[in-house]
Amino acid sequence: MKRLFSKHFWADKDVQQLIGKQLRVGVITSSIIVFLGGMVYLYRHGHEAPDYGTFAGVRQGLDNLPGILQGIMEGKGMNVIQLGIVLLIATPIIRIALSVFAFLLEKDYLYVVITLIVLGVITFSMVGGLERL
Amino acid sequence: MTILLFTLILLAGAFLAGLLGSLTGLGGGVVIIPLLTLGFHVDIRYAIGTALIASIATSSGSASAYVKEGITNIRLGMFLEIATTTGAVVGALIAVFIPTNVVAIIFGCVLIFSALMSFRKKSEAISDDDVSKLARDLKLNGTYPSGGEMISYKVRHVPGGYFMMTFAGVMSGLLGIGSGALKVLAMDNIMRIPFKVSTTTSNFMIGVTAAASAVVYLQRGYVSPGLCMPVVLGVLLGAFGGSRLLVRVNTKWLRIVFGVVITFLALQMIYNGINGKL
Repeated sequence: MKRLFSKHFWADKDVQQLIGKQLRVGVITSSIIVFLGGMVYLYRHGHEAPDYGTFAGVRQGLDNLPGILQGIMEGKGMNVIQLGIVLLIATPIIRIALSVFAFLLEKDYLYVVITLIVLGVITFSMVGGLERL
Repeated sequence: MTILLFTLILLAGAFLAGLLGSLTGLGGGVVIIPLLTLGFHVDIRYAIGTALIASIATSSGSASAYVKEGITNIRLGMFLEIATTTGAVVGALIAVFIPTNVVAIIFGCVLIFSALMSFRKKSEAISDDDVSKLARDLKLNGTYPSGGEMISYKVRHVPGGYFMMTFAGVMSGLLGIGSGALKVLAMDNIMRIPFKVSTTTSNFMIGVTAAASAVVYLQRGYVSPGLCMPVVLGVLLGAFGGSRLLVRVNTKWLRIVFGVVITFLALQMIYNGINGKL
């Protein structure tokens, strides 16, 4: 019973609920976007022949966020799908960012630092990728 | 074949992969790469990008349920994510320099290992002896709910587990899989964490690990929307269906059949890799 009244117990529980909800919302939202983009894509290109046998990389504008958004303005289904994919990749990364605040609220500074390191590794990987373009 | 038909077949295949993956605990991602490369002659680089996105989807989807139940050890997961994300970035960076047929051979070996791991007897060797100072300092020890009561456990061999996790991360970044089997090996066998906690915590970590290398692959043009769309939707629906069926199905035989199928696919990947056909 004593534990139920401690602040720490509730804080942990709340964080778990929040993280659980955020992950689910992220997956559902991105699936809906992927599905809608898929409909547009199939409507426009459904009758063509697929070509994935030789690797050429995705077409211009699908490998970076400004390009993806540009294509959506032009009504391209593939770009809508890719936006959903980017959102899906962002879902666990947002979870990390949320955890930084959660650990801050709990005053667990050791884990604030640990979580920031994870966030730093992912940021490094994003920026490192951009430089190669 | 038209794109419409191709998409529908892929959707059905991914649904089956997600269903079997969640029923057997092997994850849907492991069969996506053989399905695409052997079944549809898709270049392995596109297949890796697609499988990576699929593993983010299934991991985040199922993690949301486990986290709420309080089984997942969030601190342990967060600490080990330093190892897996570092490994994943390294894996994604070296992937460019490794010939695709070598990637196929490594993939086959990891696949066979995963299948063997799923047959392994789950003997719990957990203890409540507080022997690791590092585990105490990092607040890695925890409790989990089981049958209405809270069971406490103590983590051991933190450096060994961390090292193994880095390796799991490299494999994940190189091959585009969640490498859940390697993660569970690190947590069960080295760190002595209860099975229920290690599987859910491993699943919790897969999404972040995959995201770390996915940002690299996306920018490299490996992530193709035409492939990801049916695969992500199919795997998610399959995994959701699997979690609903799980309580009613006897998974013992299913596990054996799926294990045999995976081993067969793995051998074919290795064979094609050696012949330079992938």
